[in-house]
Amino acid sequence: MTRTKIVLAGEGGQGVQSIAKILVEAGYEAGKEILYIPNFGVEQRGGVSIAFCQISDEKIGEPRYSKGDIVVMLSDRAIERCETYVDENSTVIYDSSVCTIVPDCKAKQIIPVEANRIANEELSARVFNIIVLGVILSATNVLKLEDIKNAMELALGKKFDAKPELRDLNYKALERGMNLIQKASV
Amino acid sequence: MVKKLITQDTRMFLTGNEVIAYAANAAEAEFMYGYPITPQNEIMHTWCKLLPKTEAGFLQTEDEISAGFSTLGGILVGKRAFTATAGPGNVIMQDAMSMAEMMRIPFVCAVMQRGGPSTATVIYAQQETTLTCFGGNGEGFRIVYSTAGHQDLFDYTIKAFNTAWKYKFPTFLLADGYQGKMREPVTLYDPASRGISMVPTEAIMRAPGLIDVDRKSNHIRNTYNLEEELMEELDKYKEEFERIAPEIEEYEEYKADDAEVLIIAHGIVARSAMTAVDDLRAKGVKAGLFRPITIRPLPVKPMREAVKRAKQVLFTESADGQLARMVLEKIYGLSTPYSTLYKMGVGVTGDDIVKKVEAMVKEPASV
Amino acid sequence: MVQTLDLEPIIAKSQDASAGASKFCPGCGHGMVLKTLANTIDDLNLQQKTVFGCDIGCSLLAWNFMNVDSVQTHHGRTTPVIYGVTRALPGTIGIAYMGDGGGLAIGAQHLVNAAVRGENMLIVLVNNTNYGMTGGQMAPTTLPGQKTETTPYGRDCSVTGKPAKGAEMVASIADPEKAYVARSTVSNLRMLRKTFTKALKNVEQGGFSFVEVLSICPLNWRTNAVDTWDRLKTMEEFFTVKEFVSREGLE
Repeated sequence: MTRTKIVLAGEGGQGVQSIAKILVEAGYEAGKEILYIPNFGVEQRGGVSIAFCQISDEKIGEPRYSKGDIVVMLSDRAIERCETYVDENSTVIYDSSVCTIVPDCKAKQIIPVEANRIANEELSARVFNIIVLGVILSATNVLKLEDIKNAMELALGKKFDAKPELRDLNYKALERGMNLIQKASV
Repeated sequence: MVKKLITQDTRMFLTGNEVIAYAANAAEAEFMYGYPITPQNEIMHTWCKLLPKTEAGFLQTEDEISAGFSTLGGILVGKRAFTATAGPGNVIMQDAMSMAEMMRIPFVCAVMQRGGPSTATVIYAQQETTLTCFGGNGEGFRIVYSTAGHQDLFDYTIKAFNTAWKYKFPTFLLADGYQGKMREPVTLYDPASRGISMVPTEAIMRAPGLIDVDRKSNHIRNTYNLEEELMEELDKYKEEFERIAPEIEEYEEYKADDAEVLIIAHGIVARSAMTAVDDLRAKGVKAGLFRPITIRPLPVKPMREAVKRAKQVLFTESADGQLARMVLEKIYGLSTPYSTLYKMGVGVTGDDIVKKVEAMVKEPASV
Repeated sequence: MVQTLDLEPIIAKSQDASAGASKFCPGCGHGMVLKTLANTIDDLNLQQKTVFGCDIGCSLLAWNFMNVDSVQTHHGRTTPVIYGVTRALPGTIGIAYMGDGGGLAIGAQHLVNAAVRGENMLIVLVNNTNYGMTGGQMAPTTLPGQKTETTPYGRDCSVTGKPAKGAEMVASIADPEKAYVARSTVSNLRMLRKTFTKALKNVEQGGFSFVEVLSICPLNWRTNAVDTWDRLKTMEEFFTVKEFVSREGLE
């Protein structure tokens, strides 16, 4: 299977859609086939925010799929909502410094990462989602760091130019995230 | 004259709603009338953002009744006008669409289906298939294209204008909230570069020339006095609709030549079906897909042939058999048994279809 | 040492405490309007006789807010559903709750006819100068120069006309002997409560009441707290806060 299906879920405001967009943009710039769709309902704010991403070498068929290859859960509500997208081939990644419950599903692996704690203690609360992005990058193995950095420039370039320290901070967050999953041994 | 923004092939990564707005501009659409309803709002937002560059026109009306009727007004004076709606808005707009059907007005509308009936969900369904094809108080002499992704949205928006203005039947783009809100790559192009020229518009009212000098004043109405008058007119429409059908019908077959289980699906569900067909073939199951692109008129001959060749048929859609009912009427007489996989208001995934077909192979349908 | 009081928040009987956290956006004005309305229903002891209807748009999130029989209708059709109720069951206190679109765009036809016929009901129109739930499009009440999704370069009155003044329109067509028409604001909840009191007393007496409430939408206005209140003050300069039609005996 050349198609990677990634589900990202968290509370509104955690930056789930932002990193989903960077992820697929990276795939697009790298010449891959991609498809991204957020969940959406009536409320403008609140509710669990979910992004369904697909990165593939071949044209993608369905926009929504039954099970994800990688399912990322960043809050208790996200865990409850997204256990349905997990099967024995999925890799589940959840933030154990935010969630008070542990995903209870039959998955290939369930990996806790403490992105939120690391963001708050070592870098900045605002790059919590970028750390998660680094984790996903290591977990998927279909994109290169360069692709992600290019996509980040497209999304955040203007902010980086106004405050160059932000670029360093975000790159540090990316690398910190990438190292987290190696530690957890995929 | 509106200004076309896309002058050469441009690959972009957009949401479907944005694609429709760009496509309408590529088709030299001059005016959009609309009213907010999720999930099609971004068609309007994008159209509005581009107005300074396109020099086209826009009106946000007070509701869908007025959006439909004001679109008719713009068309009657010769403008390439269009609108878009969804769900309850589609229900309300049937009043204007009926007038277009009776008076043969080239009404163009994008329908981004959402859950129904009533408010239901703002998200996705294929539950407006019947409504879009047959929703007025008439016979449904309408042309409906069911798209399955962004390239279709771009190609068929352009085609919808030409089909409408050439044949003078209301023409619809039948899509859904998933297509509207998802992002995937698409190639935008100038239709002229593909040899497509836009069918010129004509004004029914305010046509060129002076009244009583160059032309008579034009009186149009949608009322008839006698029953027989009405039937005579509708018989003409019917004859014309059936005569032009072969020029308009479109469909897509995927591994259907030797398919033992033929999946019949439309729109975005057809894409999931393609994923499923590949999975099934890899497992040794001879599955195939017949995807009608025009739901109205349905491509009857090739559909009957594909059904005849197969051992079983699977109807699958995000509704309770709205497409299936239309197809079954047209394949009457064939004996291929069929099963159904209906998910009202919920997406059908490749996995869903694979599981169903595997079950059908184990225990074939008998009716 | 600060001494804290060990008190539970007082929730009106007519507000449904079991509904849980509301789904309105942070900073939304609807919560203030609905609480004030619920308190007034309690003050006048009308809970058992009240039917509450809400529209589409942000008002639909109020469907389970009130502890009275409630119905969420279609866009713009709350007014006719509620006068359908009060015609069939006189003595019902019918409240139709809607936004700019439900009252002045798609629902305008019904608002006009209800006012002219003097339907026995209270219409509450919450005016936040945009269509919030669908993503922030122009509303009939959008202010000149205001940026919305369908006026991305600012509302141009030479193209779209000037903002609609709902209370003034209703005041000019309603029967002065049976109607109560007022505009109020979330910046003065005490005044709002008095306004609702008179409006509901008028309904009890068989009349037609219309209250437009100026409200806030920091999400779609993209304003912080300070700018949000500032914008509300600007709205109050444009949309006069006053009683347009009233009479003795409603205090």
